[in-house]
Amino acid sequence: MTKKAFRPDVDAPEWKGGHTPYDIIKEGTIALLVIALLTLIFAVVFGSPDEAAITIKSWSNADPIDFATTALSELNGTSISASYGAPYNHNGASQQIGPLQLAKWVGVRIPINSAQNFVIEPLKALPNEPTLDADLKQYSSASSSTQTGWLNAYAKASADMKFVKGQVVVNTTNAGPVPVMINDLTTMARSGALDQDLLNDNGFYTTDYTKPLLFLADSQYLGNLATEQHLGGDQWGMMNETGNYPGQAWLWLYTFWYQIPPFNQSGNGDALVWAVMMVLSVLLLLVPVIPGLRSIPRKLRIYRLIWREHYRDSGGSS
Amino acid sequence: MSNAEIDRQWTTRLRRRVEGKLPPEKVLPDTQPSYVASWIYVFGVATLASLGVVIFTGCVLALRGPQWWHGSQYGHFVNSLHLWSVEIFFFTMVIHLWGKFAMAAWRGGRTLTWMTGVVTFLASIATAFTGYASQSNFDSQWITTQAKDGINATGAGAYFNVLNLGQMLMWHIVLLPIAAVVLTALHVILVRIKGVVPPFEDDVKPAAQKVAVGE
Amino acid sequence: MATILSFAAIFPLNTLGHYIHWHWFYISVANLTVIILMIVTFVAALLLPFPGRRRRKENQ
Repeated sequence: MTKKAFRPDVDAPEWKGGHTPYDIIKEGTIALLVIALLTLIFAVVFGSPDEAAITIKSWSNADPIDFATTALSELNGTSISASYGAPYNHNGASQQIGPLQLAKWVGVRIPINSAQNFVIEPLKALPNEPTLDADLKQYSSASSSTQTGWLNAYAKASADMKFVKGQVVVNTTNAGPVPVMINDLTTMARSGALDQDLLNDNGFYTTDYTKPLLFLADSQYLGNLATEQHLGGDQWGMMNETGNYPGQAWLWLYTFWYQIPPFNQSGNGDALVWAVMMVLSVLLLLVPVIPGLRSIPRKLRIYRLIWREHYRDSGGSS
Repeated sequence: MSNAEIDRQWTTRLRRRVEGKLPPEKVLPDTQPSYVASWIYVFGVATLASLGVVIFTGCVLALRGPQWWHGSQYGHFVNSLHLWSVEIFFFTMVIHLWGKFAMAAWRGGRTLTWMTGVVTFLASIATAFTGYASQSNFDSQWITTQAKDGINATGAGAYFNVLNLGQMLMWHIVLLPIAAVVLTALHVILVRIKGVVPPFEDDVKPAAQKVAVGE
Repeated sequence: MATILSFAAIFPLNTLGHYIHWHWFYISVANLTVIILMIVTFVAALLLPFPGRRRRKENQ
């Protein structure tokens, strides 16, 4: 014990008053029983959500044109994943916080080449496809300007893309092998083979869904389903759960920043929101040592309610 | 062997330190200061109890593997128990946080108690997030593909790949629960050592106070 | 047991969610309910008399 000026938001008086009986084991047991019972009641009454995962098969069957359009964007490098930057590739500017280019400094650690990984390699895996094999050879051996010419011609014509009798139909004659590649990838996706092919990095067993999830996330389909379920980023989606279930309500502040400027208009929105949340978390952590912040409870005077019996007994002070 | 030699042993010194700081009557007290008379005090133990139910239901869910709950109504029921215990856990923890803030419960050398509580809160958020990421359903597909952008923006995404189900599941059922339980244990031990914070001494002149312990 | 007991929820909340949307404010009724309940519980914890006070006094 030291003699020094008493700081009411830092120091606490030593308790010299009375004590009352307290059965900590009984309290813990009752708490456990009450919480277990509440959990049981909520689970029995409301259950829990389990909206089945979508697959590339279900996506390409439900919306083959969206699939084919996404496949084209993987091939011509315009998809989100193809132009992401770190940690997947060098094709885009990674987000930064002021001068801090954290993602870029860490570098490409999960290499993704969307054209190769999502289109060309899966197509190569298809057996007994002589036409496709020839087309893939033609594509691979073409100069990049020729490839770009084909892709641009296909992209231009794909505004009128149709899906007729199981085939992707795009009205173009100067897209080289691209129509066959996109059509065959769509057929492959609709059979379910693409789901499997995107998972075979580690051979037989896998637990890593990076590739199929990135491919799915490049689609309109996943986003549309999520928006229907109110899960969109501009719908405070991170907090929400499918159906009428409560979600991660404790993420309200994190989700909140995404709704307001500058965060919702900046290309660096994610990085900025994270920076803000890091600063706020540190502030919460350091409340006891930050003058002003640590005085808030004393000024709020909610404690007068909590300890009202104590203050009543001691006539305003202890 | 001399007494001096025994006194110098690491084991002896650790035991004496623990005995001094945390005697049995502090670990399992049978009285409490008389100012402890409010329902707000039950939310700490309620959080602890919820954590127990969360861990128990999670263990039951683990028994038959991560896919079980999709195909079995018993599995789904256990998932429901797990979900609602998590909702109750956060519910009680946030009220506990509000209450402790209102009491300025860091006073009197309790800064570390507050800090371990805050870190436990943050670790719990991460644990819950990895749980949502490990559901292997539509919700986890959407949550992970959205969350990757935020985590990638910090640079952490290069190592903490939310699209890797195996990695998320391991963090959810091994690494983060260990962190949460260890942090909770530290927090509770600190509460037991220091006791609950006494009321503000209203109407007492600051300079005349005897200070218990500073920061 | 499998044939006797049904483990299905009584009121499953699987229907499309209800949401409140006001300018940039957008929240599910479920989350809002949880948050309001938290505030109500907090206020109730502050205001409701804690039982056992009389016994305490006798023991002091």
